[in-house]
Formats: sequence, C-alpha cells, structure tokens
Amino acid sequence: MRPFRYERAEDGSGAVAALAATPGAKFLGGGTNLVDLMRLGVESPDLLVDVTRLPYDRIDATADGGLHIGAGVRNSDLAAHRHVRTRYPALAEAVLAGASGQLRNAATTGGNLLQRTRCAYFQDVTKPCNKRDPGTGCPAREGEHRNLAIIGHSEHCVATHPSDMAVALAAFDAVVYILGPAGEREIPLVDFHRLPGDAPQRDTALERDELVVAVTLPALGFASNSRYRKVRERASFSFALVSVAAALDVADGEVRDVRIAFGGLAHKPWRAHAAEAALRGAPARAEAFGDAVDAELEQAEPRRDNG
Amino acid sequence: MAEYDTVTLNVNGDEYSLELDTRTSLLDLLREQLGLPGAKKGCDHGQCGACTVLVDGRRANACLALAVAHDGAEIVTIEGIAQNGALHPLQEAFVEHDAFQCGYCTPGQICSALGMLGEVEAGWASYVSHDVAAEPSLDANEIRERMSGNICRCGAYPNIVAAIEEVSS
Repeated sequence: MRPFRYERAEDGSGAVAALAATPGAKFLGGGTNLVDLMRLGVESPDLLVDVTRLPYDRIDATADGGLHIGAGVRNSDLAAHRHVRTRYPALAEAVLAGASGQLRNAATTGGNLLQRTRCAYFQDVTKPCNKRDPGTGCPAREGEHRNLAIIGHSEHCVATHPSDMAVALAAFDAVVYILGPAGEREIPLVDFHRLPGDAPQRDTALERDELVVAVTLPALGFASNSRYRKVRERASFSFALVSVAAALDVADGEVRDVRIAFGGLAHKPWRAHAAEAALRGAPARAEAFGDAVDAELEQAEPRRDNG
Repeated sequence: MAEYDTVTLNVNGDEYSLELDTRTSLLDLLREQLGLPGAKKGCDHGQCGACTVLVDGRRANACLALAVAHDGAEIVTIEGIAQNGALHPLQEAFVEHDAFQCGYCTPGQICSALGMLGEVEAGWASYVSHDVAAEPSLDANEIRERMSGNICRCGAYPNIVAAIEEVSS
C-alpha cells in the first residue's frame, strides 16, 4: 500500500475544503471497501480525510413522515432502527442481505452508496479496465461476466453496482444530500448513480470534493408492505446475481400502487418503471407479476454467460 | 516515504499510545506490535473473519480497520475474553463441542459469536428473520446466517453452530 497522510475532519465544510485542497485526497468512512481497494492497489490516495466522527450519525423522523438518515449511520444501525424495520422493511432486509455482520458494523450509509463494483477485472490491477484505467478496454465483455450487467451497459463497461441497500433506497424514492465547496445540493437516488456510457470511471454524479451527508426517505404508507429478495451463488455473504426490492399496495385483488427496483442487473440500482406501469391497475396475480418483469426486461441485452 | 500519526487505544484493558505508519491495520498492530497474535490473518480482505475482534463492543474485521482511524477505541481480542483465569462460556462450549479442527479460524469465530449474541440481545434482526420488525429468536438457521462472515475451511460448522446454540440457550 502506498503511504498516505491521515486527517480527521472537524466539520463537514472542513472535510470538503481538505479534499478540494489536495488532488489525491479521499474521504474515509468505514473503510470496508476503500481500505481493501488500497491494499489491492486500485486506489492510492495521498491523503485520507476521516469523516466518521462528523455529526452525520443520526436517523431522525422528518416532518412529512419520512426519515432523514445521516451518511455516517452504520449499516447495522440502519437495519436495526425501529422505523426502518416497521415502515420500510425492504430497506432493513436489503441492508441485512449485504456483506457480513462484521462489515455492516463498520460500513456507513454514504460509503455503501459509494462502494465500487466487484467486477474481477476492476479489482485486478494486472488486467485492463476502463473503469479503473480509462481507455484500456473491458475484458469482462468477452471474459468473466456471468454476474455482470444485462441492462444499461455500454461497449466500455459491463460492471454492476454491488449495493443491496441502494436498491431499496431506489424503490423508495430516496434523495441524496451532498455538501460541496459551493454549499448543499440534493439528487434523487435514482440519478445519483450513473450508467457507464463512455465514462465508466465515473460511478456517480458526485464531484470529487463533494461529501454525501444524508439520505432522506419520503413518507410512503405502503412501504410497510415491502420485501427485499436476493439470489446469489451461496446462501449468505455474497453479492447478488439479481435482487429485488418491492412494495405493494393491493386492494380488492388489484394492484393500486407499486415500487420495484432491481439490483445486480446494471451499473446502478435499477428502478423498474416499466414493470411498475404494467402492474398499476392489474390483478394481483402471478401472471401479472411475470408480465411486468417481462416488460422491464425487454430492454435487456445479456452477454454470452448472463442471459 | 511513510507517513506517521499517533493513536491511543485500549486493548483488553491496557492503554497504549503509539506512533504508527498510517497504513498499519488494527490487525497488524495487534499481532506485530502489541504481541497479541490471537486475531488471525486469513484473507486480509474482510472476507474470512479470522481477524474478528470487538471494537467498542461491536464485532469488526481488524484487517480492514486502519489503526489510526480508531483513536480512543476500546478493543477486545480473544486474549481478553477469559475472566480471572476462567475460560469464557463460548470458549468452554467450543472445546466441549469440538467446534474446530485446525483452530485457525477459532479466535475469530468466538469473537464474532460474542458480538453476534450481543446483537441478538439488542434485538437486531437478520436476513433470515421471518419478520425484521419482530424480536429475533435464535435458532440454528439464524446462527448460520449471522455467522456467515466467519469461514471455517475445515468445515467444523455443525459443531460451531452447536457450541453457539448451547451458549445462547
């Protein structure tokens, strides 16, 4: 690992200023992905600005009945929160579907959103990768891609976003709050992560010196009727082949409203607008759910081993 | 050139103030500088759990923890869980149930189980809990899911689950 300086930020604006002043600086959250990438040589910051002691570690109810989740809230605390478990159970389940108990105790909400793909070529510095080293090519297209993207990928990158948590947040219309040198701004979570296009090195809409400070969830009554389900290659502690967060509002056998997002399919958590449109007003029967998934996957372009 | 920073830690009840290369993981600090080799280096990527220790009462992978980021933390390792010379009930149960073969993963398994039982005590659900809003009830299936961050390449899982189940009941 390359040597780096370490600083502990005193407040949010100080953290942002430190990043702006040092081109090779990065924020340090729980470190569960960043420290690993530094050990692999994928990341080699000159300076780590530790943001884990900033006052972004609370979950608060909002005036409109939603939740305000500080970016420093540990994944385990998010999943254990009473309101998350009762009002947004798919979010608690999604967090609990990710990683291990040890990692969830360290990983933060902001860090979870900003974790990098687990594409094997990205993590192996001896291999070309457009995301890690733009312009070098994408060996995953013809190589090992059975866990990689089938929707929204490009000739430059077929990586997937690995988060489970972000899939549930996408389904629930979460908003990401960001602090930068010019002040605060907000981005809907579904626009926070990017599709790869011709710039797969950019995972998100975040600028280098911007800090995620919070995620908010709007009130959604039927989110209490939601689940997260994940298919993977072993029973636990593995990334998704595919996962789904779904909330359903059913009355008199008919789907009144629905929220669906998929994980493991794309470079970003995939909000399934086509499937939702197909289901609204449809009978709440297995056939309708199958048809809705087919409607969403019409745009899928699987590669050799992931169709 | 290496960069240094100072850190004060409490490890198993003892205070240490140290000047460290910023790259030092908590695991390497424990093993190489503090003479506590109980936490093991398996994968060094947070995937095997052999390095599990308790940080401020919570289980964590010491391999992915930068020591300088844990100033003021209280660390408990496998060397610190016996009390007054008597083995911890989890240690007793692992011996009783023959919950290991080579023993390399065992310190991490026991520290992880200790942290996990605290999580259940605090009412945390798991992915296999039928209802995440309900109080958890620990059974073998719950133990397997909650302990999935600890790999045992000898495959002593049935006896590890039995040992933890005995202590939890």
